[in-house]
Amino acid sequence: PLSVSLSLSLSSVFPGFHLIPRLSSIVPESCLLITVGLLVGGLIKLAGEKVPPVLDSKLFFLCLLPPIILDAGYFLPIRPFMENLGTILMFAVVGTLWNAFFVGGLLYAVCQMQSAPSDLLNLELLPCLLFGSVVSAVDPVAVLAVFEEIHINELLHILVFGESLLNDAVTVVLYHLFDEYSSVGTVTVVDAVLGVLCFLVVAVGGVLVGAIYGILAAFTSRFTSHTRVIEPLFVFVYSYMAYLSAEMFHLSGIMALIACGAVMRPYVEANISHKSHTTIKYFLKMWSSVSETLIFIFLGVATVDGDHSWNWTFVTVTVILCLVARIIGVVGLTFIINKFRIVKLTTKDQFIIAYGGLRGAIAFSLGYLLDNDRYPMRRMFLTAIITVVFFTVFVQGMTIKPLVELLAVKKKQEAKRSINEEIHTQFLDHLLTGIEDICGHYGHHHWKDKLNRFNKKYIKKCLIAGERSREPQLIAFYHKMEMKQAIELVESGGGVKLPPSVPSTVSMQNIQPKKPPPVERALPQIPKGREDEIRKILRGNLQKTRQRLRSYNRHTLVADPFEDGWSDLLLKKSKMIELEKKMNNYLTVPAAPPDSPTITRARLSSDPQTYQMKQMSDSVPTIQVDLASPQSPDSLSLLDELQRADQRRELRRRPPPDEEEGGLMMRPPQARGGDQGEEGGPSAKEQRLQRCLSDPGPSAEDDEDEPFLS
Amino acid sequence: MGALNSLPDEPQYVGLAEKTGFSFEQIGILHKRFKQLSNNGETLRREDFNTIPDLLCNPIRSEIIEAFFDRRNFRQTDAVGTVHEIGFGEFLLVMSHFRPPSIRLDDEQKEVIRTEKLRFLFNMHDTDNDGTITLEEYRHVVEELLSRSGALGKETAKGIADAAMLEVASISMGHMEPDEFYEGITFEHFNKLLKEFEVESRMNIRFMNMDTTTLCK
Repeated sequence: PLSVSLSLSLSSVFPGFHLIPRLSSIVPESCLLITVGLLVGGLIKLAGEKVPPVLDSKLFFLCLLPPIILDAGYFLPIRPFMENLGTILMFAVVGTLWNAFFVGGLLYAVCQMQSAPSDLLNLELLPCLLFGSVVSAVDPVAVLAVFEEIHINELLHILVFGESLLNDAVTVVLYHLFDEYSSVGTVTVVDAVLGVLCFLVVAVGGVLVGAIYGILAAFTSRFTSHTRVIEPLFVFVYSYMAYLSAEMFHLSGIMALIACGAVMRPYVEANISHKSHTTIKYFLKMWSSVSETLIFIFLGVATVDGDHSWNWTFVTVTVILCLVARIIGVVGLTFIINKFRIVKLTTKDQFIIAYGGLRGAIAFSLGYLLDNDRYPMRRMFLTAIITVVFFTVFVQGMTIKPLVELLAVKKKQEAKRSINEEIHTQFLDHLLTGIEDICGHYGHHHWKDKLNRFNKKYIKKCLIAGERSREPQLIAFYHKMEMKQAIELVESGGGVKLPPSVPSTVSMQNIQPKKPPPVERALPQIPKGREDEIRKILRGNLQKTRQRLRSYNRHTLVADPFEDGWSDLLLKKSKMIELEKKMNNYLTVPAAPPDSPTITRARLSSDPQTYQMKQMSDSVPTIQVDLASPQSPDSLSLLDELQRADQRRELRRRPPPDEEEGGLMMRPPQARGGDQGEEGGPSAKEQRLQRCLSDPGPSAEDDEDEPFLS
Repeated sequence: MGALNSLPDEPQYVGLAEKTGFSFEQIGILHKRFKQLSNNGETLRREDFNTIPDLLCNPIRSEIIEAFFDRRNFRQTDAVGTVHEIGFGEFLLVMSHFRPPSIRLDDEQKEVIRTEKLRFLFNMHDTDNDGTITLEEYRHVVEELLSRSGALGKETAKGIADAAMLEVASISMGHMEPDEFYEGITFEHFNKLLKEFEVESRMNIRFMNMDTTTLCK
């Protein structure tokens, strides 16, 4: 334990490299880490101590690898992954097979050449093939480490990354197969067929195991509304169990882990609290970072420490063959794949994919696992593997960034997802599905649509708690966006000068259709810029409002304003309304924000004309509060009420920009058309405010008419 | 049913192939489908689309069907309005908007195709043919998208559409006086809005070259 913690603390120091910006822009982090490992290993050796066999394969596979894979699987962008699944599978399966056989076979041929040194002649075909399979797998850890920093476009990233994840199944099968065969000595056709079968079982089995655990986790999360604190634990435990179960049955653990993470994510995210979500995110990132660092360092250490047997021919041939095999494989496969793709892969893309085929620690660990007795060549293999790993990580890793710049490969879009894009994505989905139906063939979109509908109808009902199950994606997205904005606002302290996300002075006013008001009501205008700022401030206020409201409601945890967010809004809006009515009685209490909505309503009812004019409020989302109509406005209405309540409050206090609500709001709802703001407002309102404070209760309603007339 | 039969109306196909860019096989298959939908008639009407069961579950089916009868999609300059029935040529023309762009195009041609596809989308939103998407029209779009969500739909749709419109206005107009009014999304604004959207690679479906038996009735 001491050595472990020591190494952990050492490794945590090393991200200090980021302090040397020049260095980290040239050299990817993984290289630095390996160098550090080398140094550390060298130091230890100099000190004469025996290096603890830190890269124990067991440690690696059980502790270091799962966090990285889980992180990758949980945050896997499902949409691009599924869209390119065919391509990814082709690369992963066929590509890896090709690489393995090519490298293994040619190595054997080289070894058989007469000019080779004598010890190589003893190398048989099967060990060569085994070596080929070990060294040909693209490594997810290395790919992640390097690709994270170069920010290429989503398509390429998901292709290489997906390939590195999925080729684990192939690697596992090949490894075990060749291992078995070399002990047997002979291979028959039946064995080959069995091999294929084995592969299918391993791959599909792994995915199934992962999916089952994922569904279990999602199901459990449905009931965790009372045990928020341990929600993250479920995610981690179930995923790890998925991995272990798969490994136990010699299925592909990596695929199980990915399937588990990907399956459970949409449902778990809908169920768990915001805090838990953050916890999961940061824990995963933390663990995967630490693991990655440790892996690279240990790789360095093991290099220095391990007993090597350097054989020039073998090693150089291996490196060259790996490169060649990769290039040929990618080019050949792309040629075939492009026949089936709508968006073809260009030569540039192919080059990046080929160049991004990095080997890493998995290859090394697999080599380490080899039995020394059966494979006298083990040390040589290990040396070769390490060389390949070093070569790919250092050379390819370092040069890929300049190459990406040079070739002007499309970079990742940093732009935030706008709501228009979301709308159009959905629109396009439906449109394409419709056109496919009209055309009459069951294409890609048709099945996706069917799956979505199935998902919505049955699965979501089971796995998502409460009302959230019926929330369509667009609304969910919109809520998330609003939430984000509100959070941003609060985090920045609700500063008055908050720039809107899109720097412009356009506001809701401008887009409302100008309809002549049925009754002449000239509400003064707010200066343009203020409205936006105000709205944002109000959102922040809203959260505080809700916090206070909550403290009356809840007995248990201190309520987090963002806690159950929207779902609770949906569920508890009626309770809130009752509560506000109660609050009405405590009007003189300065910090009694809940009053406002009630008073608002009271006012609204007393002044129907104002209300009618309101086609749409200028705060988003709008609400139609109509006391007369019992069917409550939808979820957002309550939010809106509070928002507008805050709005009024804020406008009142405009001279001293102060977020603390103090007293009652008495501004009437901002009229529609938006061309009516409130400019002459403040003074009138201050008056009203004072009057209000001194004269609580229904009399506040008298003031209603004033703003409209002023 | 996998073999290619002799294609009828070959000369007509040549003209269509040039106009729309489909291959002969694809045109043949689509023609078969057209005949199926129109009950072997020469023209297709709106009611004929009702025979497709899967289309009924689609929230924006009315817009899709309207798009087929919208003259603006027939590649005739300055044609507006709708027709009541379409022939195979028009059917094919509308379908050609969904053809994937060939890989060998240069940037200018890609831009042309992109504009075409965006124009199609724009026409779908702009139902009153006035060249702009007003707030009401946009609201209608969002409402339809959410129409399957029941009670939540209407109010939230308004909110979402408002937010979206605000975004468009912000992006396109930048600075606006309080009493200015943003009429609606014009095509240029629409273009600007969806600049990052990569319409040319997303708005495609795969058209079959070989006739398959899985034609839904």
